[in-house]
Amino acid sequence: MRRFDPTALPGFAFVAVVAVLALWAPIVTMVVYSFNASDSVAVWGGFSLEWYAVAAGNEAVQGAAIRSLWIAFCASAIATTVATMAALGTTRRGRFRGDRAIYAMVNQPLMVPEIVTAVALLIVFASLKVLTGYTGLGWLILAHSAFCVPFAYLPIRARLEGMDTTLEGAAADLYATPWQAFRRVTLPLLVPGIAAGAMLAFVISLDDVIITEFVKSAGQDTLPTYMLGQLRRAVTPEVNAISTALLVLTMALLTAFFAMTRTRKPT
Amino acid sequence: MAGGVPAAAAPQGRATPAQARAGWWLSAPALVLLAVGATGPLIVIVIYAFLAKGSYSGVEWELSFDAWFQVLFQRDIFDDTVSFADAHLAIFWRSVKLSVLTTALAFAVGLPTAWFIATRPAAQRTWWLFAITIPFWTNLLIRTFAIMEVIRNGGLMNSALIALGVIETPIQILYTDTAVLIGMVYVYLPLMVLPLYAAVERFDMTLLEAAHDLYASRLQALRRVVLPVIRPGIVAGSILVFVPSLGAYVTPRILGGGKNMMIGNFIELQFGQGRNWPLGAALSLILLVIVLTALLTLTRLTERNDGR
Repeated sequence: MRRFDPTALPGFAFVAVVAVLALWAPIVTMVVYSFNASDSVAVWGGFSLEWYAVAAGNEAVQGAAIRSLWIAFCASAIATTVATMAALGTTRRGRFRGDRAIYAMVNQPLMVPEIVTAVALLIVFASLKVLTGYTGLGWLILAHSAFCVPFAYLPIRARLEGMDTTLEGAAADLYATPWQAFRRVTLPLLVPGIAAGAMLAFVISLDDVIITEFVKSAGQDTLPTYMLGQLRRAVTPEVNAISTALLVLTMALLTAFFAMTRTRKPT
Repeated sequence: MAGGVPAAAAPQGRATPAQARAGWWLSAPALVLLAVGATGPLIVIVIYAFLAKGSYSGVEWELSFDAWFQVLFQRDIFDDTVSFADAHLAIFWRSVKLSVLTTALAFAVGLPTAWFIATRPAAQRTWWLFAITIPFWTNLLIRTFAIMEVIRNGGLMNSALIALGVIETPIQILYTDTAVLIGMVYVYLPLMVLPLYAAVERFDMTLLEAAHDLYASRLQALRRVVLPVIRPGIVAGSILVFVPSLGAYVTPRILGGGKNMMIGNFIELQFGQGRNWPLGAALSLILLVIVLTALLTLTRLTERNDGR
């Protein structure tokens, strides 16, 4: 009788290897070509850091980079703060009237196509900009904070749900006030979840193109919208260099995120 | 003194009124932020879809169904005859067709990949998953640039095909529907692989041995045993690929050029050069309704499966 082995189906290994190679090849090519000395994106002209120097020396890129980081910093701080509160408010207690509605609203940005949110924000913020006369980065920070909320909320909620509630009970039995129990017991245990949520929110904000493109006022390009704008002309190796730099930053944050979520798991 | 500690209630039961109030107060800042920065503006879109188009841009504040009429029909400016807006229908058709194809192709590649990863020894699995996750977390715009470099005329793909002697002159892929399709499969593939992996990993392989012992062919085992059991993973993966594909904006804009628009780009056009905000709002609502219907239908499919 022929043996049947579900771990060795014909062709599956081939498809998996090709899929992983196909996912990585374009990214690796882009990174390699960012070190290309030649002007052309197609011809290899030897190793050089020229395009990094060009990108770093470009004032538009500098401005966009600072703006991207500042918006991501503010948005992740705001989103993480409100998401932590919401996660505390929707876990570790019984069901209550409207808890599903809160959950749905917090996760709403995940369900609506980004282009729809983008045009909705364009309509509302365009009027508000005229009404208030304020056209600063605040609008972008507000929009980014809102769509980052679910990305901060979900890891924090997951952490809270995995947490041992008897510890807080013990603190209460030892005459800790609710605030003391929160400050000394819950919060320290929650820190890895909060840090993970904040980093995820930061990466999501840093990567955003569509909503930023619609909400930004003149001269408020972030790195992604700057790159999208560059593309209207021609792909320059400079864009490869910016992409690679952004890639390295994202990788560093994600490595930190995985380290945070993997170590010190609640027992 | 334990009254105020949330942990006092059993997690499965009902919250006390005090806990419920605290729950609402703690959630309030997030709800206000979302109301201003996401949900509220969506309601404004509903209003705008029923207003008249402004003379330059924006809207006139009067009730009008013109936008909805314009979604499907166009009126000739000279003789006032009404005809179907073929261009609009073509864009809708392209969006749905490309999204369905993207989902199908991602599934065709994703299932063997997820199966392969899930059947590796545990230590290897982590690395395979890492190899799928990292590209997924890479900026969508960067990945779209990267794939553009691969498929353009002088790019990796054409150079390789020419070097292998398959073709003599580069094939024009960039700025076609095929380019958009390749690009969307490329950027959304991890979203299919990850939920499929989660489902296959939990799959009990002895079921397959049982099917085999009962003389099921491989195809029968796949159709009658594997697919029904991993259906929640298939549904989750399909939602995660289909929904962003339908609303895609960046990928078709970069890879499709100006002509091969999808709904997302068409909506943007109404707020840019088109200067027809009510039509843009109506199109946004249609996109939203299609996406929510797809979400509900697919979620129902999993629930029915769980109920059995």
